[in-house]
Amino acid sequence: MRYLSALAATVFAIAIWQGIVSVAGLPKFILPGPAVVAETWWQSRWLIATHTWTTAIEVLIGLACGTALGVITALQLASSRAARVLVQPMLVFTQALPVFALAPLLTLWLGYGLWSKVAMAVLIIYFPITSSFFDGLMRTPPGYLDLARTMQVSKRSILWHIRIPAALPSLASGMRLAAVYAPIGAVIGEWVGSSQGLGYLMLLANGRAKTDLMFAAMLTLGVFSILLHMAVRRATARMAGEVR
Amino acid sequence: MTPAPDLSISGTATINGATLFAPLTLTLGAGAWTCLLGGSGVGKTTVLRLIAGLETGAEFLGQITASDGRSVPDRVAYMAQDDLLLPWATVAQNVSLGARLRGETVNQERRDHLIERMRLQDHMTKKPAELSGGQRQRVALARTLMEDRPIVLLDEPFSALDARTRADMQDLAAEALQGRTVLLVTHDPGEAARLGHSIIVMTQQGLTLCDPPKAPAPRHVDDLETLETQGALLRLLREEVA
Repeated sequence: MRYLSALAATVFAIAIWQGIVSVAGLPKFILPGPAVVAETWWQSRWLIATHTWTTAIEVLIGLACGTALGVITALQLASSRAARVLVQPMLVFTQALPVFALAPLLTLWLGYGLWSKVAMAVLIIYFPITSSFFDGLMRTPPGYLDLARTMQVSKRSILWHIRIPAALPSLASGMRLAAVYAPIGAVIGEWVGSSQGLGYLMLLANGRAKTDLMFAAMLTLGVFSILLHMAVRRATARMAGEVR
Repeated sequence: MTPAPDLSISGTATINGATLFAPLTLTLGAGAWTCLLGGSGVGKTTVLRLIAGLETGAEFLGQITASDGRSVPDRVAYMAQDDLLLPWATVAQNVSLGARLRGETVNQERRDHLIERMRLQDHMTKKPAELSGGQRQRVALARTLMEDRPIVLLDEPFSALDARTRADMQDLAAEALQGRTVLLVTHDPGEAARLGHSIIVMTQQGLTLCDPPKAPAPRHVDDLETLETQGALLRLLREEVA
């Protein structure tokens, strides 16, 4: 049923797209129709695949590093009052800054290659991961903590055996959010300075008025993000308590 | 397990300067069930949590002592209305929770014996979500027994169960917790009348000691004196509200 509705929505969107192109009679370099984009995509499939590979590597490394950093930060925040006082306001403040503005700086610091994009992805997903996991850690059902206290259990053991498992569903929702954000981070990094990746390809195509290629790259990024989100969703199903 | 001691609580509790309960003295007989009966908000759960050494949000002035002079909070087992089973752990893991959390070796023989005694042997590897309310509360009781503490604190453990399951659980708990000093906090006069070796009604005015029925606990649900006591307790509760 879900697949059917996704298919119907896709067909509907393509129909509207084609409708706009036909009715307005727009030239190819302003808005190419779905058929043109599909053809360009097929002709440039190897080019697109190479650049998708680059972006995918950036995103996956970014996801892994960002998740690890976020989990460690959340654990620190949850187990130390000092950390909460010192770090939490800082964390919120960094979210108030437009991370995009840092992209040129990251390129300056980390160079033109992979790591400035990974850093960008990490920066974008760090906060959702940290804050969702931290919220979960701070919202352990109080009854569990009462029970553990009457059992004379150490704080460390309570954290490890009760608070962390109870917070895993929250971490799962943070990771699902991160799977959607991470590609955006990587692509922003590529826009600012790179010679590979879907972001670079989009910018390149745009500059040469190859709007059809731009669309093909953009849609590929969209499909990649959806697949990534689905994969992370499935991978975190057990954590979220959706399957036993 | 050390022999079950007498417990005595005396003192007063306030929340932000407002009196929660006036000075009172409550004694729990060694190896017996004391039922603390009262409506919502009179502080009966606070009394129980104070004995357990749990956070209450109230300021308590007074003392809690055991007749053998040893400390109380590290000798209690606690069971609440919510079964507090960890949803990600199996029945067997939940029953042995205390030992697992303290990093001790689990006495598997004892655990399996208790699970069998609670008629849960077919559910050992199931998760709590696969069990009925009554089964879950039996797991919680097994977990409580696994701790093997001389003092057992029960905070309305049966009130979320249907009438039949509740009566079954009352019988099972009365039998299983024999010889321990038990405090049962409840709002159900029938439960107090069935289970209490001593019955205390707690109201805003203080504590009233009531005579339990003469039959040995757990009393039959249709025992006439028990039903009479139930009625008398309910009348007492209603009078206090008026």
